[in-house]
Amino acid sequence: MSSTKYILGIFDDPDELMHGIDKLQKNSIPIYDVYTPMPIHGIDAKLGIKDSRLGYAAFMFGCMGGTTIFTLVYYFLAHDWPMNIGGKNFFPIPDFIPVTFEWTVLFASYGMAFTFFFATHLFPGRAPRVMDLRATNDKFVIAIDAKGDVPHEDINTILKEAGAVEVKHNDRKYVSYE
Amino acid sequence: MNTHNSFDEQFEFTGKVKTYSLAAIAVGVITILAGFLTNNGERTFANLLLMGYYFACVCIAGVFFCALQYVAQAGWSASLIRIPQAFAKVLPVAAILLLIIIIAGLTLTHTTEIEGKQVIAPYLYKVWHQAGVTTPGSENYDPILAGKSGFLNMKFFLVRLVLFLGGYTIFGLLLAKYSETEDDLGGLFYYKKSFTISAAFLVVFGFTQPIFSFDVIMSLEAHWFSTMFGWYNFAAMWVSSLAVITLVIIWLRTQGYMQWITQDHLHSLGQLIFGFSIFWTYVWFAQFLLIYYANLPEESVYFFRRWEPEFKPWFWLTIVLNFMAPLLIIMARDSKRITGVLKTTCIILVIGHWLDYFIMIMPGTVGPQSEWYTEIGLIELGVFVGFAGLFIFLTLNALSKFKSLIPKKHPFLQESLHHHI
Repeated sequence: MSSTKYILGIFDDPDELMHGIDKLQKNSIPIYDVYTPMPIHGIDAKLGIKDSRLGYAAFMFGCMGGTTIFTLVYYFLAHDWPMNIGGKNFFPIPDFIPVTFEWTVLFASYGMAFTFFFATHLFPGRAPRVMDLRATNDKFVIAIDAKGDVPHEDINTILKEAGAVEVKHNDRKYVSYE
Repeated sequence: MNTHNSFDEQFEFTGKVKTYSLAAIAVGVITILAGFLTNNGERTFANLLLMGYYFACVCIAGVFFCALQYVAQAGWSASLIRIPQAFAKVLPVAAILLLIIIIAGLTLTHTTEIEGKQVIAPYLYKVWHQAGVTTPGSENYDPILAGKSGFLNMKFFLVRLVLFLGGYTIFGLLLAKYSETEDDLGGLFYYKKSFTISAAFLVVFGFTQPIFSFDVIMSLEAHWFSTMFGWYNFAAMWVSSLAVITLVIIWLRTQGYMQWITQDHLHSLGQLIFGFSIFWTYVWFAQFLLIYYANLPEESVYFFRRWEPEFKPWFWLTIVLNFMAPLLIIMARDSKRITGVLKTTCIILVIGHWLDYFIMIMPGTVGPQSEWYTEIGLIELGVFVGFAGLFIFLTLNALSKFKSLIPKKHPFLQESLHHHI
């Protein structure tokens, strides 16, 4: 048994990459993931990636921020130490709306950023998970799990035919932890 | 997916919709006559002003839509730009109608009661245009309004209106004409020309639109003023126009036209509607909060009038229709992509912004009726139906005059046909 864990087809051009995905799918070779230096239109539909749930996270964080500050302001200004500001009553809701809005936006944006970091294993200072470092620069990479039933030679041929400039057999999943 | 669209298809304006829109116009005319004959002259005039303004605003915002797309060099909207162009072609009629309503309202007078006194006042703008308001010694003399009379006098008022409406109309007609010439000749020349006049229009519009709404609506209660009022009106006209554009497109699609418009175009329109509904609320609240917080009598009188028991339910309903409804219904991506849901939201917003204008106009013109539920009666409904019929008739008529429902040689047409989000 070979020690190859992942087979990487490296492309120069996004159109050829899309063509390569088509070819692999036609031959029923499961694609593990695709790494590109820039977003490619329509690739997520082609790979069958589910819609991002980041929006739901943003909504929940927003609700959390709004509730937090509204409760705090209510406690400070209406419950614990009622203050007469401009002759208004002690619980002037319109006055609290700007700060509620701001905290909703603040929590939603920070919450979204941290959810994104968490979901993609990114964090400042942490080594990113990259299968081929050139995928962050000018190359487009299709990764195929080598454990599948298809002979590796066939995968090599299909990738080459599709226009891959290089086919790599990696013994380890991520090269970036060195 | 159907990739073979006929770009030569022409809209034919026939059938039921023509009959119904003409019937609606007839209903409107009968309501207006009945309004005057039943001695409801002032209420009829207020409604005419409301719908005349609403009608003109939807058309003006159509011109704004075209100009915005050209200046942003937007590609996604190229295949649906004929709809706002049709609005621009209707704008001359809308502008003349609004001018006739305002001139008639200023010149015709009736006997009415202002602050407990029987006076002879014009039907519209009775606060600043009543005889003697600016004459020292007259019993109607009002020093505040006399101070404003350098700006708020009939001559200058009408000159401004003619200049603004005429200017918007010229820009709108030019944009539509360039696009049609581009269809015949091709090339980038007319696109670049459209870009230039669009940029000029946006500058002109940005500075004059607030003054336009100060004049037409805010001067109904001439003692009161708010610098937010112009932007607040802009948000209202922009959201309502976007909703009407979406409704026209959805209707045309059910009739078998514009099959190149996909769920993605409607999604983009839905995003604009959602975003600008939030913007409307933001501006509405910015105006409200400052007045509430400062609590100066000359400012808070506006909201005091709208908190009378006859107006309060409608006042709150505007927030529900124009903010809560779009917020809750079309926030999610999926709901923007369901045509039925988007259509319902657009109808809610068209009604909601009618109510928004209603709340701006009525307390300062006719004032409270006997009960809150008699505020909106047959006159309001009839005039609304009449103007809606007129708008549908004129817009579809303008659409049928286009040689094709798509600008065939628009440089970004292919981008629009492949719009995908």
